[in-house]
Amino acid sequence: MSDVILVEGLGKTYAGGFQALNDVDLAIRRGEIFALLGPNGAGKTTLISVICGLVNPTAGRVLVDGFDSVREFREARARIGLVPQELTNDAFVTVWDTVSFSRGLFGKPRDPVHIERVLRSLSLWDKRHNRLMTLSGGMKRRVLIAKALAHEPEILFLDEPTAGVDVELRRDMWEVVRGLRDNGVTIILTTHYIEEAEEMADRIGVIRRGELVLVEEKHALMRQLGRKELTLHLREPLEAVPAALAHHDLSLAEEGHALVYRYDAEARDDDPTGIAELLADLEATGIGFKDLHTRQSSLEEIFVSLVKETA
Amino acid sequence: MSLESVKTLYRAEMARSLRTVLQSIVSPVISTSLYFVVFGAAIGTRISEVEGVSYGAFIVPGLIMLMLLTQSVSNASFGIFFPRFSGTIYEILSSPMSYWEIVLGYVGAAASKSLILGTIVLVTARLFVPYGIDHPLMMVLFLVLTAVTFSLLGFIIGIWADGFERLQLVPLLVITPLTFLGGTFYSIDMLPPFWQVVTLANPVVYLVSGFRWSFYGISDVSPLVSLGMILLFLAAALAVVAWIFRTGYRLKP
Repeated sequence: MSDVILVEGLGKTYAGGFQALNDVDLAIRRGEIFALLGPNGAGKTTLISVICGLVNPTAGRVLVDGFDSVREFREARARIGLVPQELTNDAFVTVWDTVSFSRGLFGKPRDPVHIERVLRSLSLWDKRHNRLMTLSGGMKRRVLIAKALAHEPEILFLDEPTAGVDVELRRDMWEVVRGLRDNGVTIILTTHYIEEAEEMADRIGVIRRGELVLVEEKHALMRQLGRKELTLHLREPLEAVPAALAHHDLSLAEEGHALVYRYDAEARDDDPTGIAELLADLEATGIGFKDLHTRQSSLEEIFVSLVKETA
Repeated sequence: MSLESVKTLYRAEMARSLRTVLQSIVSPVISTSLYFVVFGAAIGTRISEVEGVSYGAFIVPGLIMLMLLTQSVSNASFGIFFPRFSGTIYEILSSPMSYWEIVLGYVGAAASKSLILGTIVLVTARLFVPYGIDHPLMMVLFLVLTAVTFSLLGFIIGIWADGFERLQLVPLLVITPLTFLGGTFYSIDMLPPFWQVVTLANPVVYLVSGFRWSFYGISDVSPLVSLGMILLFLAAALAVVAWIFRTGYRLKP
């Protein structure tokens, strides 16, 4: 898979001296969904803004499909659609007019068929004659996506795309985004909803204090950094973990009614989970259990631990 | 150059004026007409001719210039300020448009609106006072250059302003007083000698004088000097806009 965006040594220090980005290197693969995670103020929006031409970098460069984002800005920007974080729109114009306006700004001739397709795909067709001021927050968010898609971009940046959107709409939007990816559009999204990244992303990048601390395939990340837990619901409560079981990574929960065993999610044949040994030890010590279940740590937990580690 | 992009921006700006036709077109035409009624028809009948031209006709070019300056500045400043204020500027700055294409769209639309208004006021004035135009081509040239120059000034103000108060500051506290003191309602020959010299520091004097010359062949300063001054303002405005783009001032951090 070729790289559609190449960020090399990117730095941004604002006039006040605040360093928002520090030597960021990143390659976005064509056709992937890339999720950029990071706490507030980490530099996510600045990174997107530099790539899209809204902020001037102070170091490094960005290539969009091989075009330098500063020297060859026309070619670079023509390939990009941007959905900003804030719900910004001209309240007095209609949905149809504002989406058509966006297409024209990118130098594309009028194409009512394409605009209709975009509006229908976002369930906005019935609202096409409505002024933006009459729409709900969720609908306004959809309009921003429609505007970003009006000029048929190859790359779509979604900066917190589902902020303030209810659960049903959020799932609808995920479907839209997946549909775009299926049509070959590269998607880069920032989100506060880890669930969103977990649900949709192919790869995850974590940014913190302007530095990219990790870029990894989502599944590999969850395998490498994810933890699994086995919870055993005991027949009789325990006051403490018996000494005979001390060599296992065990803790008591539910006021002694449950034993929690933590193990590596990346267990392999040559490095087993230790569950079989634990169960044998439990039997040997006469501790009975009536139920058990396992749980793998979510991306959110991985993210929190990553941010803590790099703090 | 992407003509389609410029046309899109231009059309959107013109459409904004049509959405607010009462404020954009009817209001300035009515207020200028009131000047004609009060100064031209009512007071003007009691004032003798100025350099061989009836007072009512004498003030026509000045009033058109007054309207042209204020409307050019307010249209262009609001045009670029509003997307900055609402945040929709992101869309323009992230588009493949060059800075000069953005200027062409905004300033072109603001200047067009002023020219349309100028033409309407010119025709409306004919209802109140008879006048002729000695040099129609020069009249159009003065009109277009002034509209473009002051629309550029408005564009600069719209980028400089960080709130609605600042947006109004220059038009209300600078443009309007300079226009009233720039010979709109009088010839500077009517002033005491000291103030005749002082008033030459007012750039609007040159605009009104040159424009009036294109109507009646009379002027306070040479029409060539007037033309030169307008071109000088235009060059200065372009230089400031170029600086804004080079530095990203208030547009791109």
